[in-house]
Amino acid sequence: MKIHEYQAKLLLSEFGVPVPRGRVATTPSEARAITHDLDGTVVVKAQIHAGGRGKGGGVRLAKTPEEAEQAASQILGMRLKTDQTGPEGQLVKRVLVEEGISIRQELYLGIVIDRKAGLPIIMASCAGGMEIEEIARKRPEAIVKAHVDPATGVQGYHTRKLGFGLGLKGDLFKAVVEFVTRLWRLFEAKDCSLAEINPLVITGDDRLLALDAKMNFDDNALFRHPEIQALRDLDEEAPLEVEASTFNLNYIKLDGNVGCMVNGAGLAMATMDIIKLAGGEPANFLDVGGGASAEQIENAVRILVSDKNVRVVFINIFGGILRCDRLAEGVIKAVKALDVRFPIVIRMEGTNVEQGQRMLAESGLNFIAARGMKDGAEKAVQAGRGV
Amino acid sequence: MSILVDKSTRLLVQGITGKEGTFHARACRDYGTQVVAGMTPGKGGAIHEGIPVFDTVAEAVAKERANTSLIFVPPAFAADAILEAADAGIRVIVCITEGIPTLDMVKVGRALQGREVRLIGPNCPGIISPGKAKVGIMPGHIHMPGRVGVVSRSGTLTYEAVGQLTGRGIGQSTCVGIGGDPIIGTSFVDALRLFQEDSETEAILMIGEIGGTAEEEAAAFVKAHVTKPVVGFICGQTAPPGRRMGHAGAIISGGTGTATEKMAAMQEAGIVVVKSPAEMGAAMARMVSGVW
Repeated sequence: MKIHEYQAKLLLSEFGVPVPRGRVATTPSEARAITHDLDGTVVVKAQIHAGGRGKGGGVRLAKTPEEAEQAASQILGMRLKTDQTGPEGQLVKRVLVEEGISIRQELYLGIVIDRKAGLPIIMASCAGGMEIEEIARKRPEAIVKAHVDPATGVQGYHTRKLGFGLGLKGDLFKAVVEFVTRLWRLFEAKDCSLAEINPLVITGDDRLLALDAKMNFDDNALFRHPEIQALRDLDEEAPLEVEASTFNLNYIKLDGNVGCMVNGAGLAMATMDIIKLAGGEPANFLDVGGGASAEQIENAVRILVSDKNVRVVFINIFGGILRCDRLAEGVIKAVKALDVRFPIVIRMEGTNVEQGQRMLAESGLNFIAARGMKDGAEKAVQAGRGV
Repeated sequence: MSILVDKSTRLLVQGITGKEGTFHARACRDYGTQVVAGMTPGKGGAIHEGIPVFDTVAEAVAKERANTSLIFVPPAFAADAILEAADAGIRVIVCITEGIPTLDMVKVGRALQGREVRLIGPNCPGIISPGKAKVGIMPGHIHMPGRVGVVSRSGTLTYEAVGQLTGRGIGQSTCVGIGGDPIIGTSFVDALRLFQEDSETEAILMIGEIGGTAEEEAAAFVKAHVTKPVVGFICGQTAPPGRRMGHAGAIISGGTGTATEKMAAMQEAGIVVVKSPAEMGAAMARMVSGVW
């Protein structure tokens, strides 16, 4: 799960990580009032999850409360387009108004899970402001790394390695030791999957500050962090994906016209791949999971058909836990209830397959039976063209 | 031979009194696995589906000589269940549970390091050595005893692959689902090493997916250490970057973990890589025809 920068900075503050002074505003007059309180030059930053906000015009400097009000009125309500938002952009509902900072140097600091090592890894670099992937590609030697064993947590040698690696001395060295330790505590306490401070800045008066912050959380751990769950912004997610998630369905919208419904993530990805190989484009990724109930399948069909690009649905089920008769029951009920007109290609294998096929055949509805996933994909692509 | 599970497997099911635990304990036993014990804290002394239930794993090991465990407990308690099994001396732990917090698995991984225990999963379908033992949730009937070892990060896609093999009369020595999470107990490399050492396995089918670099590591291992023929497939060739495709581990991030990179690395290692998931069985058939 992702959160906004202002939310991340509140969490950072809670854990004693230094951030610029500032507050979030939802109206231009609030932005004006905050600027008045801050008493100086401010930065007005659009709060959307996507990165690249500055280039898209979502970050502005303001020297007075009036300028801040004007900047906020321009940013609030705009559809901000960045490299990460897609062409339609993302509606800006909030701005973060922060004190302007004089920057002496930009650094990078991030904590992620290193899958290969099976451990969290802290990465720091003097090449701040650049994406870490870009640094890794262009100047891999400029990244200092330290793996952390959660049994013992961050130790002095970790932070010293990072501090020396960044070439810091004196008070700044002490500050980075403290900064990293506190950021680690936050990462661990809240089950983060990413805690990234980019840039981490050295200010003109030699302080360390988290100028920007990106935090992602492990979806699997949200059950023990209701306070983090409360930070979820549904407006940042595709409406159909939000709806799907309420039924425990894994749905991701794509651009094609062949809707797919599959049990299991791997098979769902493979189904998208084979649709493409058959000359079509998948409209979505949809994993109904192992033990999907008839009700859940009905919801899945409803979500598929509410994507207006969908011209045909390909249901590919290899039953393990999932029973084909239950699948058939759900599909028939959904197709009847939703009055689905376009073709539905069904391929199913596994438990109670004969019973499931018989139910589909006797339903009087227009299902196309497929043998194997290649046959299914080809029939689906063909049927999608025919409509 | 086969790997990890066979006729000597004495299975303990952790979480046996739950719905999934009950269903699959029965299915494993029906397949021929020796299901010797169940474990649910507070239900010790009961007999469930004819299987004795214990309060602790240690008791199940002491009284029924369980050596393998199959875990169905909810995500919040799964790390505890794995560690309890390891501490009680279980040698092969198969964790089916999906949705375990990553940091829990980081701790489990560290705790198991250097110990004589093998964890499979979590978030996996389990292991089956056809005709010998089934320790997992896969449909047993689609399998057939034989000489191909199958290793995969996926569940149902593995069934698909096995279905294609069996449909062509190609049997399997053991099929291992290593799981779709970012942090798992047994990697492709671990499974490939076991298959390479197994005298009964003569060819290997490896099914990977986008995200991480486990397939690249597997390719390097194959190049250096595997003399048996390997067929491979990577799913997620059409997946968009930055999105988690169902499995927590299946995400292309920062330009790494793409199917293209993985397929190239595997090809470079001499693995026969198929582009279509419908071709896995056919490619294996071509590879073994004339040899067997």
